[in-house]
Amino acid sequence: MAKHHVTATINGNGVEFLCETHQTLLEVLRDELGLTGTKEGCGTGDCGACSVTVDGRLVCSCLVLGVETEGKSIQTIEGMGVGKDLHPLQRKFLEHAALQCGICTPGILIAARSLLERNPNPTEEEVRYGLAGNLCRCTGYHKIVDAVLDAAREMRRA
Amino acid sequence: MSEMRYEAPKTLAAAVALLSGAKGQASVLAGGTDLLIQMRAGRVEPELLVDIKGIPEMTSIVAENGGFRFGAAVTCMELIEHEAFAKAWPGVTDGVKLIGSIQVKGRATVGGNLCNASPAADSVPALITAGAAVSIVGPNGRREARVEDIATEPGKISLAKGEIVVSFLLPRRPPHSGDAYLRFTPRTEMDIAVVGAGVNLTLDEKGVCSQARVSLGAVAERALLVSEAAAALIGTKVDAAALKRLAAAASAACRPIDDKRGTKEYRIKVAGVMARRAAEIALARSVSSFAPTHSLRKTARTQDSI
Ligand SMILES: Cc1cc2nc3c(=O)[nH]c(=O)nc-3n(C[C@H](O)[C@H](O)[C@H](O)COP(=O)(O)OP(=O)(O)OC[C@H]3O[C@@H](n4cnc5c(N)ncnc54)[C@H](O)[C@@H]3O)c2cc1C
Ligand code: FES
Ligand code: FES
Repeated sequence: MAKHHVTATINGNGVEFLCETHQTLLEVLRDELGLTGTKEGCGTGDCGACSVTVDGRLVCSCLVLGVETEGKSIQTIEGMGVGKDLHPLQRKFLEHAALQCGICTPGILIAARSLLERNPNPTEEEVRYGLAGNLCRCTGYHKIVDAVLDAAREMRRA
Repeated sequence: MSEMRYEAPKTLAAAVALLSGAKGQASVLAGGTDLLIQMRAGRVEPELLVDIKGIPEMTSIVAENGGFRFGAAVTCMELIEHEAFAKAWPGVTDGVKLIGSIQVKGRATVGGNLCNASPAADSVPALITAGAAVSIVGPNGRREARVEDIATEPGKISLAKGEIVVSFLLPRRPPHSGDAYLRFTPRTEMDIAVVGAGVNLTLDEKGVCSQARVSLGAVAERALLVSEAAAALIGTKVDAAALKRLAAAASAACRPIDDKRGTKEYRIKVAGVMARRAAEIALARSVSSFAPTHSLRKTARTQDSI
């Protein structure tokens, strides 16, 4: 069967791609478009490493089909910083050493940005609940939560 | 798998025609948070996916007859963020909030939660206690059913080929009503219910329970409507004795399995405890609708602080 021809927007740029019905958005991003910042941890919606936003909604890209994104606007980690100009969340992750292997980091940054867009002044508990869909096997979460709270503080001042 | 077709019809009629005309297995695709995982595991191999998220009737939340009608393809996040809905149906909202992470809820739908037919589905007991009706459209037109009559056993529903759950209708609430859903899980987030319990009740002006519905999840092959447990509340002030009878009736209605999440005995015991706690929350919510000076409200507040 012919592949689907999909037109979407990724990080503000119009893109076109071809995909099979069964290909997930995660597979399209990584294998068809070379956007490998989005990671695969589990492929079953449990770990959040593949988090992106679709029309402003935080989702697991492993649970979205590529063909479902026709006409949609997708944000991935590649669109978060501009060149060497990092997003405050990215900078705070470095400052607080909130990552080790880094596999969970893109998903956590996307989820944290989405959280702060909805709630610029979250409590520690709100950050922990907001990131409950993102697993990290290395850091023990503490530094991640600190980094998000610190970034939120800075972003509120800006 | 490369044979699989994908269609995104814009109307119900087109969706029904696609589903009923398919030669092989055709699956409705809502949020895909169950279906995509089952496909990848090879548990289902549809020949056709019919994505229903482009059908306006299935993705809107509207007021109807003083109640709410929401489309079966409305995402959990959209429902949770709908302030008027969350205020009217806090117990249904409790159930929907428990479905997976924010990411999962950004895609997952209540229609999918019901039609996936897991006995542990978190929105289902709450919808059953709410008295929700389901509007179904298929090759023979439209019909209405009750939420409790959709799932029949794990993974099986009572819909005929080509039928789609279109929307849920939650009725107008009488004054002094409250509902609650609680589940027991080892973790607070991202886990599957060992037991789920929903209670919806209405008090009269004197604080006597005039209507109640109780439902249990994860204790049988499907979510159960437990009328004996509701009967334990009706006609009482939902006092300690009534709550004790409610818990006993809830436990008695269970016919659970043993699995890694809990044994039969454990589930039976916990079902009574969860039903009682859900009833206490539902009671507090219904009492809070009395004027701040009302004696019932004051009593409830004293009870809270003990
Ligand atoms: C990480 C993770 C955590 C989860 N946690 C929970 C949890 O805590 N509690 C819980 O209850 N569930 C949980 N789930 C399961 C799942 O998210 C829910 O059951 C969800 O509500 C399914 O909705 P969906 O729209 O994604 O369904 P889909 O996957 O699109 O569909 C599910 C099934 O229903 C059918 N279907 C869907 N819509 C209709 C319709 N309108 N008419 C007829 N048939 C239809 C589909 O064909 C399919 O067979 C979790 C899932 C994941 C991946
Ligand atoms: S890869 Fe998508 S949630 Fe783990
Ligand atoms: S840094 Fe390794 S998984 Fe989080």
